[in-house]
Amino acid sequence: MKPPSWSPVLIVPLLALAALPAMAGATWITLTVAGVTMGVMLFLMASGLTLVFGLMDVLNFAHGAFVTLGAFVAVSVMGALAGQAEAASWGANLAALGAAAAAAAAACGAVGWVFERVIVRRVYGSHLRQILITVGGLIIAQQLILAGWGAAPLHVGKPLMLRGSISLAGAAIETYRLAALAVGLVLFALMLGVLNRTRVGLLVRAGVENREMVEALGFRIRRLFVGVFVAGAALAGVGGAMWAVYQETVTVAIGAEMTILVFIVVIIGGLGSVGGCFAGAILVGLAANYVGFLAPRLALGTNIALMVAILLWRPRGLLPVSKS
Amino acid sequence: MKPLSGDRPGHPAATALILLLLAALVALPFVLPGARAMGTGGRIAIFVVLAASYDILLGYTGIVSFAHTVFFAIGAYAVAIPLARGWGGWESILLGTLAGAVCAATLSAAIALLSLRVRAIFFSMVTLAAASLAQLLASQMRDVTGGEDGITFALPPALTPAFRLLAEPLFGTRVDGRMLTYYLILAVALILFLAMLRIVNSPFGRVLQAIRENAFRAEALGYRVVTYRALASGLAGGFAALAGSLFALQLRYVGPDSVLSFDIMVDILLMVVIGGMGTLFGPALGAALIVMCHTYLQLALQSMPQTVRDLPLIGPLVGPLLAPDRWLLWLGVLFVAIVYAFPAGIVGTLRQRRRA
Repeated sequence: MKPPSWSPVLIVPLLALAALPAMAGATWITLTVAGVTMGVMLFLMASGLTLVFGLMDVLNFAHGAFVTLGAFVAVSVMGALAGQAEAASWGANLAALGAAAAAAAAACGAVGWVFERVIVRRVYGSHLRQILITVGGLIIAQQLILAGWGAAPLHVGKPLMLRGSISLAGAAIETYRLAALAVGLVLFALMLGVLNRTRVGLLVRAGVENREMVEALGFRIRRLFVGVFVAGAALAGVGGAMWAVYQETVTVAIGAEMTILVFIVVIIGGLGSVGGCFAGAILVGLAANYVGFLAPRLALGTNIALMVAILLWRPRGLLPVSKS
Repeated sequence: MKPLSGDRPGHPAATALILLLLAALVALPFVLPGARAMGTGGRIAIFVVLAASYDILLGYTGIVSFAHTVFFAIGAYAVAIPLARGWGGWESILLGTLAGAVCAATLSAAIALLSLRVRAIFFSMVTLAAASLAQLLASQMRDVTGGEDGITFALPPALTPAFRLLAEPLFGTRVDGRMLTYYLILAVALILFLAMLRIVNSPFGRVLQAIRENAFRAEALGYRVVTYRALASGLAGGFAALAGSLFALQLRYVGPDSVLSFDIMVDILLMVVIGGMGTLFGPALGAALIVMCHTYLQLALQSMPQTVRDLPLIGPLVGPLLAPDRWLLWLGVLFVAIVYAFPAGIVGTLRQRRRA
């Protein structure tokens, strides 16, 4: 089997370079940082989905519900920790944000575990039933969130110290974006470390490539899968939490909106591929920001156009997983 | 070729329900006069067509689309836009309906060709993205679609409430333009439903079912799976657009919320799955059930005795779940339960009972 070629990922820096002549340097830096940050948050939301699909061939249409839940939990926690978030101290601010993200991860992980047991477990092997049942799960989850938090949009302020922006080579960069970028990159590095350096990660990667063989060697892919599902749900929760605080407003529609972007990311990257998912997320984030600046009227079709273009070029995505 | 398919609901209970539905829809204006009842009846007839057209995809071809509302909306806007610009008259309704159906069928087949080329599962994700794009387009292109406000328009005089077909009331009910519109919608819906029944029982429909059961084998037998799936997708899109045109006639208004919202897509899914995928009769019953649930489940939750909400401990917990706005929660639970326990839906399960 040939090792996967990384060359298609070069399209990401190429896109960034192609946008450079079209705008002033400072604007380019602002937009690029914004795009990469958005991409990193998208990656958090999408990574679980792509791994779950790669490992068990399960497509979870309710993945967006974890994003929504994470967002609402984060808003509640930030509201409860308003004292820390409003204090003029980095430590207290970051602690509040960290607590919100951790609570979102914990809540989504727990709900993900229940969701896997109650909803997903019984429909392995049939894509049709998976899609139907997870859409049903999505309806239920959304309605439960509505019952719990109400239908009115909730507001949440960014922590005090993360509100302004700093200047870098004449470009204004929002502080919160840098924080989100840092969180995302740390989690991405952590994930790569687990996948590439640990025994569990080895099993996950082997399972994505050939599940039956790993099972034949005596490993319980099922148990592994539950772990990956829970971790993916928790990551989606963190992504939702970061996104909610960034947007400062949360409605129950946040999950549905992000689901579409997440699907586009996963398709562009290649279903089941973590590296491709990261590249796809950055690509979507960059394209959204560049086009939003250069031609706002075209902004709404950008993601779809990008997906169609990539699919025509590489029908299986940027870095497809070689399934045997 | 026989004009009717000879396909039957397949169980006495299902047959009785279908006949009851048809009889109720036909007699409705005389039994329950008034705009509200006729509105519900017309909505049922239209959603029967819409759900049945979705069943061609979901039940007969085994692919899940989330863009069905897009084609529904194309049909609705294709009738609304010319009428709103004053190109009134029957020929503009007819031409708009036809143009909408052709556009929707072409677009639907094109989306299918693009995404099914890769994997059937891509289709679901790509259609979800297409649906969100269509929603944005409809609300942004104010000049054409009227944006979020939508389009209000006037129908030809014969279809307005002021028009009297008969001077004297018939069975004590005035025969006016509104009733004519209702019967026009009902007749067209019935013809469309029978046409779909005819299509799925043709050799073409058999190939679709073969693909659903085992795509690989169908390909090995010499049928181009992608072509057939794209054709099915085009057909379903075309019929959805026709249903949309009827919907525009009924509402005399078209807006993104009324034809394009994701809630309608969820409704269609519920109708087809609860009624029974791959039976066409099932989605018809499902459509009637869900449209009535919209009205009556809400009422039932409203009339929930206050004592339940006041119970100690569980009251505050259960209260928000039983709020009238949460009726979709209970349909969602029903939906999941049906996918688990009765994946064949109402009609499919009845048919299995009969055979067992």
